[in-house]
Amino acid sequence: MIQAEKIETDILIVGGGTAGCYAAAKLAALSLRVLVAEKANIERSGCLAAGVNALNAYIAPGHRPEDYVEYARKDGEGIVRDDLLLTIAQNVNRITEELEALGLVILKDEEGRYVTRGWRNVKINGENIKPLLAKAARQNKNATVLNYVNIIDLKTVEEGTEKRVAGAWGFSTREKIFYDINAKAVILATGGAAGLYRPNNPGFSRHKMWYSPFNTGAGFAMGLRAGAELTTLENRFVALRCKDTIAPTGTIAQGVGAKQVNARGEVYETKYGLSTPERIYGTVEENRAGRGPCYLHTKGIGEEKEADLIRAYLNMAPAQTLKWVEQGGPDSRDVEIEGTEPYIVGGHTASGFWVSTKRETTLPGLFAAGDVAGGAPQKYVTGALVEGEIAAGAAAEYAKDVLLPESDEEETRRHIAQVEAHYASEGPLRAEELEEAMQKIMDEYAGGLHTDYRYNEARLAVARERIEVLQEAARSLPAEDPFELLHVYELKERLTVCRALIEHLAARQETRWHIFGENADYPERSTDFDCYINSRLENGEIKTLRRPLVKGGTYEHTH
Amino acid sequence: MSIRIDKPRCIGCGACTNACPGGLLIMQEKKAHMRSLRDCWGCTACMKVCPAEAITYFLGADVGGRGSQMTLAREGVIYRWKIQSPGGARSEILIDRRNSNKY
Repeated sequence: MIQAEKIETDILIVGGGTAGCYAAAKLAALSLRVLVAEKANIERSGCLAAGVNALNAYIAPGHRPEDYVEYARKDGEGIVRDDLLLTIAQNVNRITEELEALGLVILKDEEGRYVTRGWRNVKINGENIKPLLAKAARQNKNATVLNYVNIIDLKTVEEGTEKRVAGAWGFSTREKIFYDINAKAVILATGGAAGLYRPNNPGFSRHKMWYSPFNTGAGFAMGLRAGAELTTLENRFVALRCKDTIAPTGTIAQGVGAKQVNARGEVYETKYGLSTPERIYGTVEENRAGRGPCYLHTKGIGEEKEADLIRAYLNMAPAQTLKWVEQGGPDSRDVEIEGTEPYIVGGHTASGFWVSTKRETTLPGLFAAGDVAGGAPQKYVTGALVEGEIAAGAAAEYAKDVLLPESDEEETRRHIAQVEAHYASEGPLRAEELEEAMQKIMDEYAGGLHTDYRYNEARLAVARERIEVLQEAARSLPAEDPFELLHVYELKERLTVCRALIEHLAARQETRWHIFGENADYPERSTDFDCYINSRLENGEIKTLRRPLVKGGTYEHTH
Repeated sequence: MSIRIDKPRCIGCGACTNACPGGLLIMQEKKAHMRSLRDCWGCTACMKVCPAEAITYFLGADVGGRGSQMTLAREGVIYRWKIQSPGGARSEILIDRRNSNKY
């Protein structure tokens, strides 16, 4: 029998990663009770577990925040939110200084100025960035960190004609404890979604992927169920990586000037362009034409540069270092490259919650920050921190005027019964099997590696039908302990995200971005789709809608 | 790739169980225990907090691993990575945590 605990707080932060920890830290200035619910442990959880090798959103002297907005708009082919990007761009330099004050090592010149790479990037030693952010969160004396608690649903209350978010339910991933949390406001900082598609390495090394394999898109799924609106999920993200190890390629390309070459040794990158999707598109096209494998041409860089690369990768992708030690370093052989499977990640593309400039979702009382928040691509770490700060301020302001809800015992019992049904179930299917089935369907029918990222309406129709079948099967999955229960819920969240993603892919009847959204029925870009594709869950169905582009100024929901 | 716990070396402090971003490490019979080798992201967070050099990092055969492995010793601001190749050859790489990345 599962034990139930009730908790009351002013602000609940779901997810103690980059944005969540910073939101908790920023709330220290106010005398509000803060609760951070994290399914692992905030010390290293989230995208920054391994660290980060540069801060990719920083504006060098001589450039303005508006330049950053322009760059991100161009990179996103116009499907971005200027208002969100501008609030990020105006604050990333201050946030960078705050990170240094927390203890982050940032490279400086003799005059004490940050050394930049290009005009939007500073060099750091970021392997310990997450422990620094976790420490900042814990220093908020009014904040309680609830590690090893997985939030499964948002609590809503109806007041007159308005529905607002007023807490959440969750369970311990270590013990048979269920949590019923009442809050005045909730900040979702659960990150994006990995593991929807069959990964590059589907076997033993299935989690050797670019994005955190522990980010399941739970926030998207919970938000949809509560009634919030999502945007631009069809703008998937795919990274160009070193084959097998999924280690970064930018460090080699920029660090030692290595060019992309095909199996014949021909430099092909100039033929397709140098943006991330163009680099992957070129690699896919060369492979399709029978000119693969494709490589970064490093052979002959010399022993000194090889040693530098081996050291550099040890800090950010040790698998690559080990591979070089095993099979010969980059001076002796070129480095094979490949595109990853697609991810949904608001820090890189515009996918995520449809938010106001204050990062409030379409549901009052629910705020979003970081990779779970949409409209602001290229936000990276510093942008996620800015969003954590903005969401914290807006949630605190909102919490001033609302009361804690009455506990909804019936809904709590319903959620506990659902958890207990998984403990009581005897199968026969397991979460792991359904996860593989889901990844196979998405890979083959929703534009994964299997089809070189291409999809069409006929394939998406198959994906839609089969994902719905899996959703039905997932209702009776068995769980023997809290760890298995976590996997059951993670799978269910991913299936919900897949359903929304399929509708987004189908709704954008054009090809706006190579690789990220390669619609084979509509291979050209169309001005008819100079708009956002948004979605909501209504009566069990994902409904998509179009919204006109927001240019400049600020944006407030009209609800 | 994944990690292995060197049980005889493990001192049972539990630091790694709080560092794993996937909650994959737990304590079992007073030693750290990896619940699922296949679920490891390979982030090395656990190695960075282990005071006993009891965690070994290796490449899965499906990503080209042939038996080489690494351990990590923390010496103040220095990370001492110890690499052993399949033939038994050993090498070390020292990383000074006060320095930023060159690239």
